[in-house]
Amino acid sequence: MTDAAYTPDDTVVTEADTARADALRGMARNLGISMLGLGILGALWAFGGWLITQSDGMRAFGQLAPGPTLERLWDMIQRGEIWPMSAPSLERVGWGLAIAIAAGVPMGILIGRIGWLRDLCNAPFQLLRMISPLSWMPIAVMAFSTWDGAIIFLIAVAAVWPILFATAAGVRRIDPAWLKVSRNLGAKPVHLLVYVILPAIAQDILTGIRLALGIAWVVLVPAEYLGVSSGLGYAINDARDSLDYARLGATVLVIGVIGYALDTLCMLAIKRFSWLRSDT
Amino acid sequence: MTHHAQFATAKVQGAAEAAVVPVPPTTKGATPMATGAHVQIDGLSHRYRGMAANCLDDISITVPAGQVLALVGRSGCGKSTLLHLISGLMQPAEGGVFIDGNRVQGASPRWVVMFQAPSLFPWMTVAQNAALGLRFARRTAEIPERVPALLEMVGLSAYADRNVQDLSGGQQQRVALARSLATQPDLLLLDEPFSALDAFTRRALQQDVRRIAKELGLTVVLVTHDITEAAIMADRALIMAPDPGRIVTDTMLDPGPERHRDSPAFEAERARLAHLFETTA
Ligand SMILES: Nc1ncnc2c1ncn2[C@@H]1O[C@H](COP(=O)(O)OP(=O)(O)OP(=O)(O)O)[C@@H](O)[C@H]1O
Ligand SMILES: [Mg+2]
Repeated sequence: MTDAAYTPDDTVVTEADTARADALRGMARNLGISMLGLGILGALWAFGGWLITQSDGMRAFGQLAPGPTLERLWDMIQRGEIWPMSAPSLERVGWGLAIAIAAGVPMGILIGRIGWLRDLCNAPFQLLRMISPLSWMPIAVMAFSTWDGAIIFLIAVAAVWPILFATAAGVRRIDPAWLKVSRNLGAKPVHLLVYVILPAIAQDILTGIRLALGIAWVVLVPAEYLGVSSGLGYAINDARDSLDYARLGATVLVIGVIGYALDTLCMLAIKRFSWLRSDT
Repeated sequence: MTHHAQFATAKVQGAAEAAVVPVPPTTKGATPMATGAHVQIDGLSHRYRGMAANCLDDISITVPAGQVLALVGRSGCGKSTLLHLISGLMQPAEGGVFIDGNRVQGASPRWVVMFQAPSLFPWMTVAQNAALGLRFARRTAEIPERVPALLEMVGLSAYADRNVQDLSGGQQQRVALARSLATQPDLLLLDEPFSALDAFTRRALQQDVRRIAKELGLTVVLVTHDITEAAIMADRALIMAPDPGRIVTDTMLDPGPERHRDSPAFEAERARLAHLFETTA
């Protein structure tokens, strides 16, 4: 131990430095592990591509291997094809989610607050929730005059349940003392909603939205196999029909990357609105 | 004003290491004198739904303005129920509560309950929590001036922008006190507000709350099952007995001018109250 360790100021600085170094090391470690995971995925992909080229009957699909796919992806990026391809899909998911939020959050709050409504809705909602959103497809096509309308409906139907159930569960976990204290301070129902209920369940709602987004993104692609001529699902179908497998692979990759990015955004929003201390 | 705030900040920062922050005696100028409420309870009876017997039976009390009244009784004798009825959070089956002559019909910013748990909102800062009552009462214009004065009064000026989760239990209860006083109520209803705190913090808060109540001229009804707490804080004690909840003793308290825990006058008064409690409750 050196003399410096005995002066309080130096000790503090050293501790702060150590803490920062620890934090940096932790981040580097997490990043390293993430990269390793992606690397393993890439290696499996390359191995699959190699297997395909080894078998005679499958050689036509060799374009799905990382090399040709990434090359085509780079090509598509340079020609600015990614955005025109993704924008219609993002728009449909955005509308579908917006409708699901507009319906799911208020309904979730009502169900969380009102006992008899919860009992009334429980069975029908559980039943509806278990119906695969894609099985609504024929009905949606009949009910909506535009393809876009039908797709947005399918996404909304798929996305509403996680949002509704997460909201209701959050409302039920609200500390009743918060509501009592607020009423005691003269809060009207609208005050309870704005100052207590919504902030208290913000992260529950966002967690529901994150789940819903995952489902919506999955439902999107098959839904876009419907009549539309734009979007990522259409692009997949189109690439398949024209036997352009490198393009197919590149589109699949784009779907994955955008989905991952959206999920990360949701996660950041959850962190931002979380008032729970992890360290307590 | 600026000078005031600086003084308070410096003072609190110096004391922040101690568990308890002394209240700077500078609040009179910042807070206009409120006159306490006159509380009249007339033949109050209450029975919870599904229960066979009355939980409270024919209770009549008059609390003059500015009095600190302690309700003492064993667990389950109906103290909290009585406080809820006074505050209008619950409606009585029979009888009524009148504050300054008006029948209590519901909650009001003019009478505020402080509960055992502070129940602060963890998504808000100390200052935002203290401002809640003013927000609900649509008196947001008063927030910039009132809230710093309140935090100074409870000795938490230095913590205004901190998240309430960073505070100790005693500090949180101080924020709850500031929140209760924000709308300048003239009646403060306390339901064992210090019982979850350690002895040291509890003593400091008992004295501070009494001092603040006296400075502001508030009427206070304090529910407790701690005889010493009643003797420290109250001008008058009512002892309640259970089954059905009723008042068996009504006595004025005179624990000496200083209300000092170690003074013979205080000890004698505490012993008298304890004896009354043992023989009647
Ligand atoms: N919501 C309720 N429904 C039915 N009975 C209740 C309810 N709340 C309280 N009681 C009953 O009423 C009686 C008085 O309860 P209360 O909470 O007022 O007692 P207390 O004096 O405040 O007790 P403590 O000192 O333990 O807080 C008790 O016997 C209790 O069981
Ligand atoms: Mg009680």
